[in-house]
Amino acid sequence: MKMPAPDDALIARKAEIVRALRRIVPGEGVVSEPAALVPFESDGLSAYRQQPLAVVLPETTAQVSEVLRWCQANGVKVVPRGAGTSLSGGALPLADGVVVGLSKFNRVLEVDYANRCAVVQPGVTNLAITGAVEAQGFYYAPDPSSQIACTIGGNVAENAGGVHCLKYGLTLHNVLGLRGYTVAGEPIELGSMSGALDCAGPDLLALAIGSEGLLCIVTEVLVRLTPKPELARCLLASFADVAQAGAAVAALMAGAITPAGLELMDGPMTIAVEDFVHAGYDLSAAAILLCEADGSPETVDAEIAAMRQTLQACGATRIDESRDEAERLRFWSGRKNAFPASGRVSPDYLCMDASIPRARLAEMLNAISALQQRWHLRCFNVFHAGDGNLHPLILFDAKDPDQIRRAEGFGAEILERAVAMGGSITGEHGVGIEKLGGMCVQFSRAELEAFHAIKSCWDAEGRLNPGKAIPQLQRCAEGGQLWVRGGQLPHPGIERF
Amino acid sequence: MSLDPLLNLAERVRAAAAEGHALELVGMASKRFYGETPRGTPWVLTREPELRGLRAYEPAERVVTVGAATPLAELEALLAQHGQQLACEPPRFGGEGTVGGLIATGLAGPARAYAGGVRDSLLGLTLIDGQGQLLKFGGTVMKNVAGFDAARLMVGAMGTLGLIAEASFKLSPLPAATLSLRYDLPQQEDGLYAMQQAALQGFPLSASAWWNGQLLLRLSGAPEALQAAARRLGGDALPPELATAFWAGLRHQTDEFFVGAVRALQAGSGISVWRLSLPATAPELVAPGEQLVEWGGAQRWLVTPLKPAAVRELAERAGGQATLYAALDKNCPVFTPAEGVQRQIRQRLKARFDPRNIFNPGRLSPD
Repeated sequence: MKMPAPDDALIARKAEIVRALRRIVPGEGVVSEPAALVPFESDGLSAYRQQPLAVVLPETTAQVSEVLRWCQANGVKVVPRGAGTSLSGGALPLADGVVVGLSKFNRVLEVDYANRCAVVQPGVTNLAITGAVEAQGFYYAPDPSSQIACTIGGNVAENAGGVHCLKYGLTLHNVLGLRGYTVAGEPIELGSMSGALDCAGPDLLALAIGSEGLLCIVTEVLVRLTPKPELARCLLASFADVAQAGAAVAALMAGAITPAGLELMDGPMTIAVEDFVHAGYDLSAAAILLCEADGSPETVDAEIAAMRQTLQACGATRIDESRDEAERLRFWSGRKNAFPASGRVSPDYLCMDASIPRARLAEMLNAISALQQRWHLRCFNVFHAGDGNLHPLILFDAKDPDQIRRAEGFGAEILERAVAMGGSITGEHGVGIEKLGGMCVQFSRAELEAFHAIKSCWDAEGRLNPGKAIPQLQRCAEGGQLWVRGGQLPHPGIERF
Repeated sequence: MSLDPLLNLAERVRAAAAEGHALELVGMASKRFYGETPRGTPWVLTREPELRGLRAYEPAERVVTVGAATPLAELEALLAQHGQQLACEPPRFGGEGTVGGLIATGLAGPARAYAGGVRDSLLGLTLIDGQGQLLKFGGTVMKNVAGFDAARLMVGAMGTLGLIAEASFKLSPLPAATLSLRYDLPQQEDGLYAMQQAALQGFPLSASAWWNGQLLLRLSGAPEALQAAARRLGGDALPPELATAFWAGLRHQTDEFFVGAVRALQAGSGISVWRLSLPATAPELVAPGEQLVEWGGAQRWLVTPLKPAAVRELAERAGGQATLYAALDKNCPVFTPAEGVQRQIRQRLKARFDPRNIFNPGRLSPD
């Protein structure tokens, strides 16, 4: 993946830059030794690595502001970083840039139960928000699989989803306000930090959520808390054919119930996770569906009965129903561990994140099956089926350059199909650097120009996380749409492992 | 490849831009009273066939795509036939209103606090910007983080950033059943407290309102669940037809409270109608006049003789914003003005999306 050429003159100023940053953030808050920078070289997309000039770990908002101001005044680029779990390279450092890590902003500042919201700092992990409020019977609803590690700041940057966002919404639907700083270090507040629902004027809060760290650095997030449902129960349904499982998803979504979760794993994926977590999955199934209801006992009884009927009518060969909370969590344990389980089976995997209309799940599964033959690579399928968000995991060995080429070609074809179906190249993982090529497929030149224009309204000089999320128009022109065909990707400018 | 029929409209926008000809974007004009006074030549979008009608609707997808000048009544009637709805319960004033107007104003109905607002249902849109470019933002799928969320940016922009040509929404199933409960609570504070408690306990609320000593809660879901909730919540169950009429009256603002407000306005009694968006837990507003509470406390309607500055101060102290919803003489900014960096960003966005300032000039903030 080709990033903008680094500015050698800036790199030559490293010592001076580090000294200046140390004056703002004293002590160990500035990391500059090459060995100490290694942990920051990449994020969850670990095939791409780059050492930054330095990493700054501010502890106060005043420091964040001052670091930004200094960098702006001195022409230094800034890459914001949360926990570094991005799967799209959103936090990949720049050789001529500084990483601003927000890991020290790790406190829940204020919980207002009566108003069902909490003010949290960006470095608080997704799961820690729930941890802070669960004793009072609340939780934070969006639950990306990486929730144990990923932070709310990163969730905001990516508009993270999760397995329960079908009913409870994405980050966008669960964040009411943001406080942060522009690239010039000026304070900005978006939405409402007091929990009011509507603010006059264009929805800048929505614009900032999912902006992949290109518009501002967030230092406080007002999250919506949800009362923990009295009860949750999960159905585990087996299908002898993936098309039937896909049809069952469509049938459920056509009905009057919104499941609390509706997830699909294909047979090979199920076998891999079963070997890892021993959840008791049906290993003979071509696909399994996890289908959850939550709410009052009466709601759960009524919804489970209705959903069971639909699943049966769609040809489920076996339906297990969780009998207690421990069993429900066991049903989910495999789904939540799909990625690590794949990591045990294959030295590397490429995780796709396409979104498609949910009625076309079966069609996409069949297409992926054919692509496996063509690219001679295996692919596990794990889908947020209720949302039409797919995570095909293409297994490959990065030690073999040809396998890298094939995996990328395979992935690109999935994305191209998703766009052709009216879908999106990314449902929740973000564009980062990974899907810049796909952006040229999904959007027109005028639309990409509009994105650049929006960026420039916040960051005229293009210093905040530049090179991510929106491709340079020149790149689209060079690659055309060919980037997705035949795996003829531009040669990567960055070393891979 | 067939040409996009919208290109014809885009051409007209380009021509207007070339002449610097200001346009007032009008749908059914049902919300024309809302916002700053319209300027520019009215362009009645409902007369443009390219902007009307259904583009795609798969009930099993729970997604609909429509031309933005499609009447809401037409769209919602179609959705209801398939047991679906727009979760934000858009108000229809005088039975009218279009999809584009819904997005531009972001005005949602009684379900707002429980099922989300206009921005939460919107998935994507096609915009004709001030240079006559067709731009598609967002999409038709539930989850989509490719590119900035410029579709939702248009919610609340009052049509100042472009002409909304088409829009896609996610849909909700109509609830299996609803049940409305009524309580006599003469003190507003008690009404607010009861709304909050019901929300905290996770009851399947879908609307709430307090006015004139009475609290109403609407529950939606499986019939068994509603019966069980009603046993715990107490109150008097409203007869279904009465309940339906009440919530419709609140949604479309034909309720007694709004009728009274309009009458007082027209009588020239020196009052204004304000809509305050506050934290749900904000205490009762100490202000002369009538108050109606919705959205679990997050929306307060205030019909008052108070001066604008005093109302804005009340809202600010409570942690929210006040919008001058209706008045005979709008002698102050209708919307709480943006300040500082936020103001600059808004101005830059306007300059980028509509460089010749042709779309609804001055409709969001007086120049």
